[in-house]
Amino acid sequence: MKKLSARRRHPLAAVVVLLFALAATGGLYAAFAPAGTAKADETAQSLAIEEGKKLYSVGCASCHGTGGQGTSDGPSLVGVGSAAVDFQVATGRMPAQQPGAQVPKKPNIYSQAQIDQLAAYVASLGAGPITPTESQYDPAGADIARGGELFRSNCAQCHNFTGEGGALSNGKYAPSLEGVSPKHLYEAMQTGPQNMPSFPDTTMPEQEKRDIIAYVQAVNGEKADNPGGLSLGGLGPVSEGLFAWVFGLGALIAVAVWVAAHTAKAKKS
Amino acid sequence: MSSQEIPEENLPAGQDTAHGAVKVADDPFADPGLPPHKPRIQDIDERAARRSERAVAFMFTLSMLATVGFIASYVIFPVDKIVYIWPFGRVSALNFALGLTLGSALFFIGAGAVHWARTLMSDVEVADERHPMAASPEVKAKVMADFAAGAAESGFGRRKLIRNTMFGALALVPLSGVMLLRDMGPLPEKKLRVTKWARGKQLINMNTHEPLRPEDVAVGSLTFAMPEGMSEHDHDFQVEIAKAALMIVRIQPEDIKDKRELEWSHDGVVAFSKICTHVGCPISLYEQQTHHVLCPCHQSTFDLSDGARVIFGPAGHALPQLRIGVNDKGFLEALGDFDEPVGPAFWERG
Repeated sequence: MKKLSARRRHPLAAVVVLLFALAATGGLYAAFAPAGTAKADETAQSLAIEEGKKLYSVGCASCHGTGGQGTSDGPSLVGVGSAAVDFQVATGRMPAQQPGAQVPKKPNIYSQAQIDQLAAYVASLGAGPITPTESQYDPAGADIARGGELFRSNCAQCHNFTGEGGALSNGKYAPSLEGVSPKHLYEAMQTGPQNMPSFPDTTMPEQEKRDIIAYVQAVNGEKADNPGGLSLGGLGPVSEGLFAWVFGLGALIAVAVWVAAHTAKAKKS
Repeated sequence: MSSQEIPEENLPAGQDTAHGAVKVADDPFADPGLPPHKPRIQDIDERAARRSERAVAFMFTLSMLATVGFIASYVIFPVDKIVYIWPFGRVSALNFALGLTLGSALFFIGAGAVHWARTLMSDVEVADERHPMAASPEVKAKVMADFAAGAAESGFGRRKLIRNTMFGALALVPLSGVMLLRDMGPLPEKKLRVTKWARGKQLINMNTHEPLRPEDVAVGSLTFAMPEGMSEHDHDFQVEIAKAALMIVRIQPEDIKDKRELEWSHDGVVAFSKICTHVGCPISLYEQQTHHVLCPCHQSTFDLSDGARVIFGPAGHALPQLRIGVNDKGFLEALGDFDEPVGPAFWERG
């Protein structure tokens, strides 16, 4: 003890004390830290949640709060479920670029594995709609005619009769459904992103959602037929009438002017 | 007009010598007449005229061929054949062929006629003078004298009884026509004031045709309902659903600002008429975060969290709310009809 005391003013004493202190805290943490690393419940699920939490802290926490509780800049994510995360992040809407009336669709920067991890973390905050499996949203064999009826009574008021989208109040809008994948259509109906109301399974069962997806694919998909050609955005009689009046009548006037301006005289004056 | 054609006395030098007294031409506004006629190549050169003739005949022939093509496409293409044609996309082959051939047939008749008129029909300018249209004084005097004589002979001014009864007869005749307007349809009677909703009628989900339970309706969801006992196959379904259409949303009870709305709701589930009070468009553009409902026709906006009050647009009054409750089987039911007429205002609405 005396020897130790004698060396207490040695230049390296502080370093030694610091090393001891670090070793002690590290060891204590390893002993008392909550189970998680190298323990029996190290399942893929908890790993995903762990990874998702890291991604969440970087990409989402500034608006939705460190624990998903929500802040003045973003709503609470407790109970939104993994389906909402999959829709919002995979369509590039989240993370949002800037606040505004509505967050637009943009290129997605996350891999599907990262989105699944984020979804697992947010789902762990509270129960909500679960990301659908392919058998739930696959439109193959669904009733397109019934889907059309359902689309017209539930969706067309905002998204237009063939899903071309439309305006809402104060800068908000219903986006076009062109090129939206069946999975994201399903998730949007299930979770009601942003100002869209949700259509949960209790009021619109899974089969009806599949019918609606089949209808959207039939009228606005890549393979959709357009018997008349040149749909002009499919926005209805106003844009079509405007096109006929401006370009159709305009072409007739241009031809009439051209005919009158070009004399047939032998000697041009 | 080039500078050489200006008369000598109007040039600055000429004015100087006249000391301000400018000499005016005899008639400054004289009719210059038509410019000399200039011929076209076709008027001079017979070969050019024959070329034009062939061009016109060629266009008329193209029109004939297009008409034959129209008939042929009608026969050849099946109605459901879809082909990809840039830049129109996947279009119906029949529509495309019919449009193209009929358009060409009409276009080449027009183009041929225009070319014919421009190159071959006479283009010599012709002046046609106008003539006065008034009748001569003698004719005018004769007509006025005949009219005065006729009026005196009929006794129209003298025999007042005849004149007054004739006015009466002429005035009453149109009443027959007005009376026939009554046949334009039955009077609406109470139809504008009542709907199929009544006390005890369950709210049927329009998607599944099953009665709704309050727990089916999630916060932020949107559901449409019709009264129990209605079917899409009823002959009067469209007439009745046009009044009874119902929009159901759920709002956290603490977010409902209107006291009556809260009383008429069930645990936050509120039911409003889907018919806009402006001109009766179906209105269901519901924004679940703001609880605003927007009408797509004239942008009337209603706040469903505040008794469906009008917050924007031309609508005159709030959307009527349906008072709802839960029956002993746990299903949502109406507690009566709407307490006011749904849809647009009318003058006896009160």
